[in-house]
Amino acid sequence: MRVIEISCLEVWREISNYVDGEVDAELRARLEAHFKVCAHCTAILDGMRNVVKLVGDGVEYELPDGFSQRLYRKLMDR
Amino acid sequence: MGGAKAHLDATEADLLERARQGDKEAFYSLVCPCERSVYTAAVSILNNPADAEDVAQEAVLKAFTHLARFRAEAKFSTWLIQITINEARLKLRKDRRHLQESLDEPHTNEDGEYIPKDFADWREVPSETLQQKELREALKRAIAHLPLKYREVLILRDVQQRTIKETAQILDLTEGAVKTRLLRARLQIRDALAPGVDGTWTTSKAGYQKVRPW
Repeated sequence: MRVIEISCLEVWREISNYVDGEVDAELRARLEAHFKVCAHCTAILDGMRNVVKLVGDGVEYELPDGFSQRLYRKLMDR
Repeated sequence: MGGAKAHLDATEADLLERARQGDKEAFYSLVCPCERSVYTAAVSILNNPADAEDVAQEAVLKAFTHLARFRAEAKFSTWLIQITINEARLKLRKDRRHLQESLDEPHTNEDGEYIPKDFADWREVPSETLQQKELREALKRAIAHLPLKYREVLILRDVQQRTIKETAQILDLTEGAVKTRLLRARLQIRDALAPGVDGTWTTSKAGYQKVRPW
C-alpha cells in the first residue's frame, strides 16, 4: 500500500483517536509511517499513552471512608 | 424505543421494578455498583470531596424520586451519572467557583488547534515511577485545572473507561465532539506532566532531552 505523507499537525489531530484504535487502516498506516521518522510525534504518542494509563487506574478517585454507609443512611432516612 | 429492555439483565430489571414500588433496599442495590463512578464524576467537576459527596447523595435521592422517568432506554448507571453531572454543574454554577478554574489557557494556533508545549521524550516510564507520589499529585492538579468540558470527557472516557458512544450519550454531545475534547484533554495533561517541566518523572535523567523543533 502506498502511504501518503502526513504533517505533524495532522498527526496531533488524530493522535488520540489512534491511541483509542479509532482510525481506519489507511490513516493508521500514514500515522505509523510518520511515527517511524518523527521523534517529536513519537514522544507525544508515548506521553499520551502514559497519560491514558495513569489516568485509567483511577487511584485519584478513591471513595472517602464511610461514603457507602452515609449514602445508605441518607437514602433510608429520606 | 424498540427492544430497549434488552439493556437490563434480569436482576437489574427485577430490582428496578421493586425500587419503582418504593423499595429502598432494592434501589440501593442498583446504586451500589455505580457509587464510585457517581462520586468520581462529582468530585472531578467540583474539585472538592465534601461537596462531591453532598452532590452524589443528592443525585441518588433525585434518581429515586424520579425513577418513574427512567425508561430503560439507557443503562441505569448512564442515567444516574447524567443526573450526577447535572447536579454537580448546578452546584458549580451556584457557587461560582468555576470562575477560578481554567487558569492555564491551552496553547492553540490561529486555527484553534492544540500545539503541544514541548516534545519531551516520555518513553521510559517504569511502573514504579507511575506510582510516585509527586507524579500522582501533579496528575491530580493537572486534571483539576483542565477546563470543565475537557475534564468531564476525560473522566468518563479515561477514568471510568466508558466508550466514546456512552460518553457522548451522557454529556449529550456528538461522538466527534467527544473525540475532539478527549484529544485536548489528553494533550493538556501530557503537557502538564511531560518531564520537560522539570525532568523529575524519569528515573534516568541522563536519557532525557528537551526538544523544541521551532
